[in-house]
Amino acid sequence: MAFQTNELAKAYWRENISLMVKLLAVWFAVSFAAGILFVEQLNMVQFFGFKLGFWFAQQGSIYTFVLLIFIYVIKMNALDRKYDVHED
Amino acid sequence: MDLQTLTYIIVGATFALYIGIAIWARAGSTQEFYVAGGGVSPLANGMATAADWMSAASFISMAGLISFMGYDGSVYLMGWTGGYVLLALCLAPYLRKFGKFTVPDFIGDRYYSQTARTVAVICAILISFTYVAGQMRGVGVVFSRFLEVDITTGVIIGMAVVFFYAVLGGMKGITYTQVAQYCVLIFAYMVPAVFISIMITGHVLPQTGLGATLADGSGMHLLDKLDGLSAELGFAAYTEGTKSTADIFAITAALMVGTAGLPHVIVRFFTVPRVKDARISAGWALIFIMILYTTAPAIGAFARYNMIDTINGPDAQGTLVAEAPTWIKNWEKTGLIKHEDKNGDGRMFYSGDERNEMTIDRDIMVLANPEIAQLPDWVIALVAAGGIAAALSTAAGLLLVISTSISHDLLKRNLMPRITDKQELLAARLAAAVAIIVAGYLGINPPGFVAEVVAFAFGLAAASFFPAIILGIFYKKMNKEGAIAGMLAGIIFTVGYILYFKGIFITPLAENKPENWLFGISPEGIGTVGMLVNFVVAFAVSKVTKEVPENVQEIVEQIRYPKGAGEAQVH
Repeated sequence: MAFQTNELAKAYWRENISLMVKLLAVWFAVSFAAGILFVEQLNMVQFFGFKLGFWFAQQGSIYTFVLLIFIYVIKMNALDRKYDVHED
Repeated sequence: MDLQTLTYIIVGATFALYIGIAIWARAGSTQEFYVAGGGVSPLANGMATAADWMSAASFISMAGLISFMGYDGSVYLMGWTGGYVLLALCLAPYLRKFGKFTVPDFIGDRYYSQTARTVAVICAILISFTYVAGQMRGVGVVFSRFLEVDITTGVIIGMAVVFFYAVLGGMKGITYTQVAQYCVLIFAYMVPAVFISIMITGHVLPQTGLGATLADGSGMHLLDKLDGLSAELGFAAYTEGTKSTADIFAITAALMVGTAGLPHVIVRFFTVPRVKDARISAGWALIFIMILYTTAPAIGAFARYNMIDTINGPDAQGTLVAEAPTWIKNWEKTGLIKHEDKNGDGRMFYSGDERNEMTIDRDIMVLANPEIAQLPDWVIALVAAGGIAAALSTAAGLLLVISTSISHDLLKRNLMPRITDKQELLAARLAAAVAIIVAGYLGINPPGFVAEVVAFAFGLAAASFFPAIILGIFYKKMNKEGAIAGMLAGIIFTVGYILYFKGIFITPLAENKPENWLFGISPEGIGTVGMLVNFVVAFAVSKVTKEVPENVQEIVEQIRYPKGAGEAQVH
């Protein structure tokens, strides 16, 4: 066991899950919500020559996906150090 | 120098490069053959993953599909990128910590069951073969158009090249060749896109060109112009599309989840040294993929505008057949463009209603685009090399999954556990060789349903692997009974639904139209429902069957943090 106590192991996992859920919420919001479910409403808004919903569906969601992964990597590496379960 | 000589030189040079890399990166052990010795840097792995992922479908077909589908084409853009978020956050780091070679390895060990392993092996082989047939076909199409050899010769040349570096180099050879192939394909994709973007909108970046105003002085936005043209010609508005919201939602979800469940993508994350590297290499992979995927919708829109403009002419009266541009004549020879002069006025006309006289294959848009825009010959030759790179890199990744499934999962872990590392390596090479021949045969004699089987592959991955892996990591109490029942239920439901409407080996039992679909979801999107079926059945069965053994629960605890991730282990 890499953790000092069982509580620490649980706390690490909880923080991990909470980060994951938050990032997945954004993932859902930019693709399924903005690009599909609410696309008609967002298309009323003009955004650099695009209808906003259309932009999310064909451009914006993809940029956000990349951002989400890098945020996850940075936060998880910090979390690994905090609980001393990082690799050498 | 004429186009054909130029194409021979550029394609030949890339082939020489791939073979050179293969000789340099030969595999000496099963570990090198399966996971490149687990020593690939995250950046190189990201690039290789991107090439592995972006197939002939991404390079050749996708922009064309978007060009014809408009907004509806977004399902591919979001679906084939969003899966990487799931991979990075929910799968890759844990599977890397688990430290085995293959997806069936994980399923078999985590669910302590040879039955589960066998189900996984069958799925992996089925998914990979359906996919690889399409790649070989893509190679054949490129060869036949640009090198004017017949499709059979084209496929055989492609087989010979893949044979060389996949059989010799295994994962190690494939990884480093894929890095080179990524560079070739992305350069080949971006050069014409940038040229055309500048011509149409004056923007260097196709990504902003898509939203820009036309450079013809009208001051109109490209997308508004396309919406207007679509309305005049009887098509659905370009930025709105025709599919129902439920169907768009389901297809996007099935492609995302399917992406995260495809064995040839997952296995790439076993090749990096540490858990940390598995996380970041998913990020690198998506950046490299993003470059092509945000360009594709721009190419689609530019191609649509250019095509309507050249066929119908600036006055929208149609172009005289006698004055047809050379690209139309070139592609008519391949049978992928057809013109039928219905009203006998000697002009071509393209529209979405009864006035239409053109039949245009969607797959030609990316390949014909440089010709339509009258770009120099070297750009056209480059696009041919890029298309071949995209198809070969994906084919190699898939062939490796097939050979590993046979030599490792089936022989070593199941039927003949006593074979030595050397014998296993030989078996892997033989399996790869046989798989290449079968794939080549499928490429030359394609079952008439290549497009359908791709939907099949994603649906299968979404309904089988994804839930089993997610539950394996995040739900300690999931037992073998639940996982196996879930996978079987998901597969049977998904396969049944696709067969019911598409009738791949049988005649369809019902017409494939929205009124007949369950919840208005097409067979392309049904993997999403299959995944839910899998989850529900797995939970239900696990509640009423035996508990998970202590030692397996401990394994699950251990994969949840990075510390102690060693090299991918030899069993």
